[in-house]
Amino acid sequence: MNKFILTLIGLMTSLITSAQDKPEMADLLRSNGKIYTVVAVCLTILIGLFIYVFILDRKISRFEHETKNRK
Amino acid sequence: MDKSWWKILSFVLLVYTIVCGFLLDVPHLFILNETIRNLYFHVCMWFGMMILFTISFVYSIKYLRGYQYRNDIFAENFARVGALFGILGYLTGMLWVNVTWVTDQGQSMASVMKEPKLIGAAIALLIYGAYFVLRGSFTDIDKRARISAVYNIFAFAMLFPSIWIIPRLVGSLHPGAPGGDNGNPALDRNDMDARMRMVFYPAIIGWTLLGVWIATLKIRLSLLKDKSIINE
Repeated sequence: MNKFILTLIGLMTSLITSAQDKPEMADLLRSNGKIYTVVAVCLTILIGLFIYVFILDRKISRFEHETKNRK
Repeated sequence: MDKSWWKILSFVLLVYTIVCGFLLDVPHLFILNETIRNLYFHVCMWFGMMILFTISFVYSIKYLRGYQYRNDIFAENFARVGALFGILGYLTGMLWVNVTWVTDQGQSMASVMKEPKLIGAAIALLIYGAYFVLRGSFTDIDKRARISAVYNIFAFAMLFPSIWIIPRLVGSLHPGAPGGDNGNPALDRNDMDARMRMVFYPAIIGWTLLGVWIATLKIRLSLLKDKSIINE
């Protein structure tokens, strides 16, 4: 029993000291997988942006075509 | 859409940037913590801005060599998108300052305001702001193109001293200060973690290509609008 308490204390102190020595990273965000939500949100924004720019590109291309044919 | 491979490349690289930029492991550092990932976004805005301004500078020289009006349109629009990237870089930097220098490093607002790189970047952006004001103040197209091309060369000559050379000489909170322990992470590839380089360089290319794409759209619109005065 004594040994058990000692190891428990040892574990806890190591936990506390490790929290102080090591820079804190967003490990929880990674371990529970919520980071994927962040990635998905950013990807949605990026894809939306690219679709917008692509449609604009196509519109301008069509317009260029029309003015060229008019000549 | 035959010449659009680089547009697809830009999309692929930016998807890679977001997926790997958030999910891959990064160096565990105090103060920076997870915000080190801003390297893939904030820093890339500045690199994109420098590349776009360089393209604009080249077109200004090309304009002065042959006085072709279309080169002036190219120079203007690349500078415009470059300035947009610069403003985005500034805004993202403001957010980053709050959680690293001010909160964690305990820098006072006064020392952040004195930060030479912020002042240098502001000077560079204001010089380019004056370029757009200058352009807008002419009614004569040829005069506008000539004088603003010359001014653009001056603006470009001031760009690198104000954002790189002076901040590195006098020391700044940004990495690469003289006497600092972080070396020269922007220019010497050995001073950046290998895992970060794998995302950082593709990210620069991806963001820059997106900027070039937007600039070409603006250029094509301008060319359509001014078709009557461009003799092709």
